[in-house]
Amino acid sequence: MPVGATLTEKILARAAGLPAVRPGEVVTCRVDLALLLDSGGPRRIWPRLQELGVGVWDPDRIVLCTDHFTPAVDPESAAILKLTRDFAAHFGIRRFFDMRGIGHVVLAEQGFLAPGMFACGGDSHSSMGGAFGCYMAGFGAIEMTGIVVTGEIWLQVPETIRAHWRGQFAPGVVAKDIMLFLCRDLGMENAFRVIEFGGETVARMPMPERMVLTNMAAELGAETGIVAADETTLAALRAAGRSPAADALDWRGDADATYLASHDYDAAALAPQVAAPHSPANSGAVTDFSGEHIDQAYIGACVGAKLSDLRMAAEVLRGRRVASGTRLLVAPASTRAMAEAAADGTLATLTAAGAYLLPTGCGACAALGAGILAEDETCISSTNRNFQGRMGANSARVYLGSPYTVAASAVAGRIADPREFLA
Amino acid sequence: VTGGGSHIVRGRAWVFGDAVNTDVMAPGLYFKAPFEELARHCLEAVNPDFASQVRPGDIVVAGRNFGVGSAREQAAMALRHLGVGAVLAASFGRIFYRNALNFGLPALFFPAAGEIAAGDSLEVDVVAGRIRNTTSGREWTVNGLPPHLMDMVAAGGLMPWLKRRLATGGIGAGT
Repeated sequence: MPVGATLTEKILARAAGLPAVRPGEVVTCRVDLALLLDSGGPRRIWPRLQELGVGVWDPDRIVLCTDHFTPAVDPESAAILKLTRDFAAHFGIRRFFDMRGIGHVVLAEQGFLAPGMFACGGDSHSSMGGAFGCYMAGFGAIEMTGIVVTGEIWLQVPETIRAHWRGQFAPGVVAKDIMLFLCRDLGMENAFRVIEFGGETVARMPMPERMVLTNMAAELGAETGIVAADETTLAALRAAGRSPAADALDWRGDADATYLASHDYDAAALAPQVAAPHSPANSGAVTDFSGEHIDQAYIGACVGAKLSDLRMAAEVLRGRRVASGTRLLVAPASTRAMAEAAADGTLATLTAAGAYLLPTGCGACAALGAGILAEDETCISSTNRNFQGRMGANSARVYLGSPYTVAASAVAGRIADPREFLA
Repeated sequence: VTGGGSHIVRGRAWVFGDAVNTDVMAPGLYFKAPFEELARHCLEAVNPDFASQVRPGDIVVAGRNFGVGSAREQAAMALRHLGVGAVLAASFGRIFYRNALNFGLPALFFPAAGEIAAGDSLEVDVVAGRIRNTTSGREWTVNGLPPHLMDMVAAGGLMPWLKRRLATGGIGAGT
């Protein structure tokens, strides 16, 4: 390796077949893995393949998941799901996961990502995969069409910003709070940049929490987010039945790599964060928003309804009840998370507290599934985005918070500080 | 470069602020509806008149981070479908920017976007990066389309470009 490369530069150089790359350079990368979802996947790509008269470049490099329109609730969603299944059968896509969960989470559960990989996904939160020490970024369906045909994509090599966290979280503070804070601190305009997360706080995080960091690199507007692999990464891959390569831990930035900026943050000083309507960057300490009445509390999405997130909610809800006048909806991120939460009693805790359990899928997060908001309603959500109209009516107001904060708010019937419930 | 092969776009300015996101350009509520219906709701949350009154060739002028958010290509497609000739913004969300160019919708970084008023008549050379406000008489030069994407945008976007590459054997093992 040449002297002074960041992790991202090393991966992109390898994928582009070049000895080294530098920020600003435009390169063409070979794609190791392409994630297609029912939303921007077959329904948009297949007609284009037909128009071009070509098939897919490599069915074994494609992972296909249904998540945005599951389960079918009307003729349109039923047709979209059927077309997705037909696509998998027609092109012989063996890694097809139908109604098994949100694609970004399924990829992690299956151990399909590995350090040093170059992967693309047809959804902005594909950045979540970067938690595994790979470069994984989101693209539109038109560009995924290009990948499916050619196996390659152009990139302008991004600059890297380092976000290092030291210290231990206070009780009730988690990775989600880091990201809501960073949306304010780094802003949402970081195109042509990668955010590399590190430091002792990140090193102590289990994979599901690291995945929150890289998932919401999308909210930072970054090309993607990345966390260099360590023993935690390798243990997760082994638990998924994979054998990490002998050089997996060599995928890290050089000591003399050049960064656009390096930020050092103190996790111990971080309070639970909430982002107010209509932007993840409108964030502040939960105490700034306490008291706002909540019609709906939502635990859902790739970022906020993994098993660990359901357990956070249960920790707050154990022995408590959702407030009268407030509803709590829970849509686990995968069927595995659902099954594990059923097995360990987490779901029973949630439902005993009055939670309404919804099917696995992207659901209300993007106003596609059950749980959308009516005019003028207020919601607090463990999802990643609160743009106007995102979860339903244009006049609906969505606050973002961690699963702890959402659960605490559901109990209080107003935005509440989870620290009051975890003491 | 645009539709008819010209690289000059002329039209009225539709002016938007900062951080206009793709959810308001292509609301999820209409994802399952026919595309024409989704396009009718493009940007309605920030300007209810836009979709019904925008005319072919009109130019969207916006502040920072235009198209922040989701990968949904329907955002760029809706603007194209409504006839928008070019988008000039102080900066763009990364996926929206790529999607726009992939649909042959020229997108230029325009730091002085804030100096354009709604309804101004603009003339934009998307290759040279020359922007003329024929209402105010002012003129700016910005970066034109990126050189490595010029051919693709000139072809009308990724689909026509892929067709051309396939026809000339430019795609295959080892390319």
